[in-house]
Amino acid sequence: MKKILILFSHPKFEKSRANSALIERIKDKEGVTLHDLYERYPDFHIDVTAEKELLNQHDVIIWHHPLYWYSCPPLMKQWIDMVLEFNWAYGPEGNALQDKTCLNVITTGGSKEMYCSEGVNSFSVNQFLRPFEQTAKLCGMKYLPPFAVMGTHRLNDEDLEDYANQYSKLIVLLQDEISLKELKLATFLNDLPKLKTS
Amino acid sequence: MTGSILFEAIVFLAGAIICVSIAKQLGLSSVIGYLLAGVLIGPYVLGFIGNEGDDILHFAEFGVVMMLFLIGLEIEPKNFWNMRKSIVGMGGIQVGGTMLLSFILFTLLGLEWKVALVISMAVALSSTAIAMQTIKEKGLMNTTFGASSFSILLFQDIIVIFMLGFIPLLSNTDGNASTVDKGDHTNLLNNLPMGLQTLAIILSVVLIIVAGKYLIVPMLRKVAKTGVRELLIASAFLIVFGISFLMEFVGLSPALGAFLGGVVLSNSEFKHELESTLEPFKNLLLGLFFMAVGASINFIVIANSPLTIGGILIAIIVLKAVVLFITGHIFKLKLDQKLLLTFSLAQIGEFAFVLLSFAFGLNILSQEEMDMMLVITALSMSLTPIVGIINERFILPKIGTKESVKRPMDHIAKSQKIILVGFGHFGSTIGRFLRSHGVEATILDHDSNRVDFLRKMGFEVYYGDATRLDLLESAGIADAKIIICATNKIEVSKTISKIVKEKYPHVELMIRTKNRYDAYELLNLGNENIYRESLETSLTLAKDVLSKMGFRKYTINRQVRNFIKYDEDSLRRLASERKYDDNYIFKAKKELEQQEKFLNEDFKRGIVEYDNHWDSEYIRNALNSMPEE
Repeated sequence: MKKILILFSHPKFEKSRANSALIERIKDKEGVTLHDLYERYPDFHIDVTAEKELLNQHDVIIWHHPLYWYSCPPLMKQWIDMVLEFNWAYGPEGNALQDKTCLNVITTGGSKEMYCSEGVNSFSVNQFLRPFEQTAKLCGMKYLPPFAVMGTHRLNDEDLEDYANQYSKLIVLLQDEISLKELKLATFLNDLPKLKTS
Repeated sequence: MTGSILFEAIVFLAGAIICVSIAKQLGLSSVIGYLLAGVLIGPYVLGFIGNEGDDILHFAEFGVVMMLFLIGLEIEPKNFWNMRKSIVGMGGIQVGGTMLLSFILFTLLGLEWKVALVISMAVALSSTAIAMQTIKEKGLMNTTFGASSFSILLFQDIIVIFMLGFIPLLSNTDGNASTVDKGDHTNLLNNLPMGLQTLAIILSVVLIIVAGKYLIVPMLRKVAKTGVRELLIASAFLIVFGISFLMEFVGLSPALGAFLGGVVLSNSEFKHELESTLEPFKNLLLGLFFMAVGASINFIVIANSPLTIGGILIAIIVLKAVVLFITGHIFKLKLDQKLLLTFSLAQIGEFAFVLLSFAFGLNILSQEEMDMMLVITALSMSLTPIVGIINERFILPKIGTKESVKRPMDHIAKSQKIILVGFGHFGSTIGRFLRSHGVEATILDHDSNRVDFLRKMGFEVYYGDATRLDLLESAGIADAKIIICATNKIEVSKTISKIVKEKYPHVELMIRTKNRYDAYELLNLGNENIYRESLETSLTLAKDVLSKMGFRKYTINRQVRNFIKYDEDSLRRLASERKYDDNYIFKAKKELEQQEKFLNEDFKRGIVEYDNHWDSEYIRNALNSMPEE
């Protein structure tokens, strides 16, 4: 069973219905480490040594965050800058993250329709996530399509419950080493038939 | 006789060390320890010191002299003026009321009016030495009670001057001097007619004031110029002894002269220097004074008429207590502050010794009358701490912890109770911040006026000594999640920590400390959450210094975070590494050694060097040093 590290970053988690539903559902699962960055580093002073150690102990890295201005919240960017060190994560001698799996789990206020060339936001979510994809690649990790909960403003509690269940199932799939090929085909991991709520 | 002097010194010192340690261990004030030591080594128990008791008392009076000199130093005429209302008001009511009532009492007992008047003067005074010592020890100087006590005591110290000036006027004959305990001193006054005596007293007071301004200060300036530190110590002693001598020469109380001298010098630039020089001597000499009081309790006089003495003693204490209580009431003190005031000042003071002997020397008092009053004075002093304990342990708890109105709290506060001990500058900031988040801490504080104000503001406040288990329990420690010690008194925090760990181990402790050493002690008691009050502030200042020198703020900010983490780690390491003994002599040396060690470590560790984030130069160099493929 693969070990999963969820790097969760949300500057106002206490006000987020969607993220509360998601986190609540998976935080106690076996083999899952929930690492709440804003709780751990309220002063943005990241303990790089400890973070590297944490990465060493896990096989799947999930960047779980709301999409703010088409990117991640600032502390997660800080984490990327500080932890993914030259000659450790990347660079001629940097291979610490080699062959680990990496993906984004995001929540967006805007609906899926807004994120396309005709929509308000002009680009798709996957396009906006390019920097993360490339970051993972440069560190030698396999990057999966995102799991996205979109249009959160209009979701009711039952919808959120569904998403939470899907997230939970996704975690199981990732732990059970589902073939990556199967995963890579999707635009969103939400679309995987295996996640369909019965 | 040097051998015997040495032996006596040993007896005194050993007695003090043993008894005061025991008293402190039992949580009593040091005054009780000293008094007890005095009784033990005195002529009636172990008999180590016999008839020299009087000489010792005379020598020990230097403790009182120094204390009054230091009190005088504290009082700048300006402050004095600001406090005039409470000094004259409270002091006047207290002295006037007590004198009146005790005059009536002693007249009824069948004493001659002159005798009754002198005794009532003596009775009206309280013991500055005992009261101030106790107030300082308990850290109550800044409470309303502390200020009130100070005012009353100050008024008494001043009024004594007039009393001493007035007593000769009562004299029946031209006083036959030198039966006073200060036998072989030349006493100018005795050879003068009465009116002139009073004049001489006033003159000598004026002389001190003038000499202080035009003689002592210029002398100190010259001494300071030499830069020889021990000369200044010598000067401090010379001032105190000189004034004492002058006062005795004209037959006045040296303590008063010293007090005046202190006031005169309180505006000079040497104020703090003199204070720090005399402070340690003062405490030891005061201890000696208390021991001498203990040793001078004449058990034979007591044995001869135990009932009379006991009766008068109790009557006087009750009488003084009533007047003090009424005084407090007139000045609108809270009930508990009134009680503290009542019980702290209900004894007869050390000036009574002076007044009584003085009056005896002038043939106003008979030998028996004087002996009896001296015994009563000493006994009343000895009773003070005991009465204080009764008040603290049995009376105050009953009135202090009034159940305050429970206010509706939001769910966070309701499910997770917070207790905040101490609401001074530090604690109140914590309290305000918590409250702005809807978290209502239950506050414990020992200043009842503050407590009252906080209750008006709608806080749930308990008044009293937070080291008492029953108070903690009534504040709801059993259901508390966290108890915050925001007091800067390490002893209080340590006691609370011990109680909580023993009885309520589920409650989390969060403790403010003044410095590293207090932090070590608390860490070694098994506490985790220690907050050194100066760490963040000093680094914030250092950060701004570096910024002004051209360092980038963000980088320095991160280094400060690193430094704090590293300093916290080393704090924990050192706390377990060795038991720090707070021995004053080694303290400074240890401190320096430790600072040196830290600085070395900081340097070796190179806090700044290893920080390569966002450092393009570092990456370029690393890439360039790669071997060509």
